[in-house]
Amino acid sequence: MIANLPFIAVAVVALIGIVVILTRQNLVKMVMGLSLVEAAVNLFLVSLGYRNGGIAPIFTSAPAGEMVMPTVQAMTLTNIVIGIATTALLLSFVMLVYRKYGSADAGVMRRLKE
Amino acid sequence: MRGIARALTVVILAGAFLYLAFALSFGAPAASEMDDYFIGHGQEQTGANNIVTAVVFDYRGFDTLGEATVLFTAVLGVGLLFRKFSTEEDE
Amino acid sequence: MMTKIVRAAAGILFPFVLIFGFYIVAHGHLTPGGGFQGGAVIATGIVLLIAAFGAGEIGRRIGPGALKGSEALGLLLFIGTAAAAFGFGGTFFSNWLANGGAVFGNIVAFGPNPGDLNTGGVIPLMNLAVGIEVLGALSVIVLLMLKGVGEEAE
Repeated sequence: MIANLPFIAVAVVALIGIVVILTRQNLVKMVMGLSLVEAAVNLFLVSLGYRNGGIAPIFTSAPAGEMVMPTVQAMTLTNIVIGIATTALLLSFVMLVYRKYGSADAGVMRRLKE
Repeated sequence: MRGIARALTVVILAGAFLYLAFALSFGAPAASEMDDYFIGHGQEQTGANNIVTAVVFDYRGFDTLGEATVLFTAVLGVGLLFRKFSTEEDE
Repeated sequence: MMTKIVRAAAGILFPFVLIFGFYIVAHGHLTPGGGFQGGAVIATGIVLLIAAFGAGEIGRRIGPGALKGSEALGLLLFIGTAAAAFGFGGTFFSNWLANGGAVFGNIVAFGPNPGDLNTGGVIPLMNLAVGIEVLGALSVIVLLMLKGVGEEAE
């Protein structure tokens, strides 16, 4: 069980993020839960490509050893930037909703307001 | 009723995630022919020492084009939401 | 607007953060880093100035206009470098400067080596373009959101 510790950490952080989205009423806390789920997915992608006793896939003054897989690290770079874009747009929406309704509680807003 | 549905969803997802976490093998990836080709031929084909940068900008350049467009669209959306209206004082 | 000590320290620290960020962008094909990471470091430097001097003052001096212009210039440079392969190599996004001997075209042998800055082909140009775009985009997002909060509080 100790050998699989990164995957267990991914499962725990993703579950905490989903529970936060499902049980909280404040809009900012829901955005934080989504950010937790994205962090868990990035950790999962990076830990998929690990080789036992491996070194970084860079040839500048590299020590002797086998290299880890570089393709999943490229996917994680892209995913981090997409997470930034999503969080920025979500927080802008929360700010505009607070300006119109006067509160950031999801139970208060029921119908559209002019 | 909503509490029971919520708890059931969380329990089913917890079971699925933990089963996957114990079934995967850490440190021994299954299929790695493409990555071995990238590490073996990356320096002579692209001339870069950093294989991750060679994969991001040369072998998988279209994904980076899509990502730059997503970032541009996000700034476009934020700038659209925070503009000043000229008719806001009328109502 | 913070106290005098904070403002003086931010003014002294900002050039060092800028140089460090451009070093990460320029050596992206030799050491860990590249365009996205270096652009985020430079945007952090600009956010340090905003935290020390206030969003209104920085919005008046640097302004969203110059930062939006730098972001659009970065994206156009990226697409231009990819499309210039039509005249030289053949296909879209092909590495038309690698192993050529002209600008960034030294040949690299397989195996560990100390690292030569003149290698990489079209990759250092793309790193520069993406770095300029990311610093413009992240700074504009922070400035616009702070201005949106500030005008509502008045």
